[in-house]
Amino acid sequence: MRSHHDMGGLPAGPVERHEHDYAEWERRVDAMAVVLQRKRRLTVDERRRAIETLAPEAYDRLGYYERWVVALGQTLIQRGVLTSAELARKMLEIEKRD
Amino acid sequence: MTEMQFKPGDRVRVLDAYPLGHVRTPFYIRGKAGVIERCCGAFPNPEELAQMRDGLPAQPLYRVKFRQQDVWPDYRGSPNDVVEVEIYQHWLEKT
Amino acid sequence: MNDPGTYRPLSYFQLMEVSLRELLVEKGVVTEEELAQEVEAMRKRGYERGARVVARAWVDAEYKKRLLANGTKACEELGLEVPALKLLVVENTPEVHNVIVCTLCSCYPRMLLGIPPEWYKSRNYRSRMVREPRAVLAEFGLQLPETLTVRVHDSTADMRYLVLPMRPAGTEDWTEERLAGLVSRDSMIGVAVPKS
Repeated sequence: MRSHHDMGGLPAGPVERHEHDYAEWERRVDAMAVVLQRKRRLTVDERRRAIETLAPEAYDRLGYYERWVVALGQTLIQRGVLTSAELARKMLEIEKRD
Repeated sequence: MTEMQFKPGDRVRVLDAYPLGHVRTPFYIRGKAGVIERCCGAFPNPEELAQMRDGLPAQPLYRVKFRQQDVWPDYRGSPNDVVEVEIYQHWLEKT
Repeated sequence: MNDPGTYRPLSYFQLMEVSLRELLVEKGVVTEEELAQEVEAMRKRGYERGARVVARAWVDAEYKKRLLANGTKACEELGLEVPALKLLVVENTPEVHNVIVCTLCSCYPRMLLGIPPEWYKSRNYRSRMVREPRAVLAEFGLQLPETLTVRVHDSTADMRYLVLPMRPAGTEDWTEERLAGLVSRDSMIGVAVPKS
């Protein structure tokens, strides 16, 4: 059984070469991952595993940094750095701020 | 570190295995035969690191060179074209 | 539940990013300054360092030998800080053309080239480059004769790859700095060659 992320050799369409400047929030996701890895709070391998275990539709539908931020969150919860409950409370708190 | 079993020039085959977990041996190369291009050194096993374990002892990592013609039945290009893949020792056997 | 009149500036994922960041800062795991510094460092990092390495290899044959033998050490020799980078440099010759892909995710020599372009991380590039490199390279505008061998490197583990393109003809008396200006990011991935 082939994992969804393991796509080498599968048929696919032409490569779209447009490029875009990354949004601030995307850079912050990247930076967060780099800093956490540097501090040995998680490994790149755990992050990759979290991305690979996304449902295939999520993997395809989500943008690159959307996958990253989900993987980061899952890994931090797995590691016990924060809990699902804390994340839920924080997300609701921030939503109310707007 | 685990002892190095292979050296450049050795003919090897990638295990035709399909285990679970986080694995860095791509699907397309499983069961294929190639030649050791070099040993890259030894590194903690990413399969274990992904499970929050330390991945030790470090495992030898090799670059293996495969002829594209041996990998894809319908490959169109030069017969000399190759694909080179980094593969951990425990995924390789001598042919 | 969404009031159509309400402006919702944050997507679910942006909300996630802010939430994770605030929690991490509250818990003392990271500081805002550390994150801001890293964002700045990333923003400043283009592909100039990669181009410098290539230009040096073009003018200095002994340096090139060292670069091909141990990419990381050779970068450090130039004073480039490349923490955790295990670099392997592959050389284009009149007989061989190299190109890099990471089929499993998006591994890339970020310390030398910055953040990878969107297409490098795309399904189509990752799927097809190992299987039909010549067709994909043609889409990038690179038509390679069959007399030239194509080597595709799938960056599956701990090494990171840089293509050392061939030095364009007619640049014999150019300075290193001027030569570096010829080296494009895409030529160091292998989907282009330097223009002269």
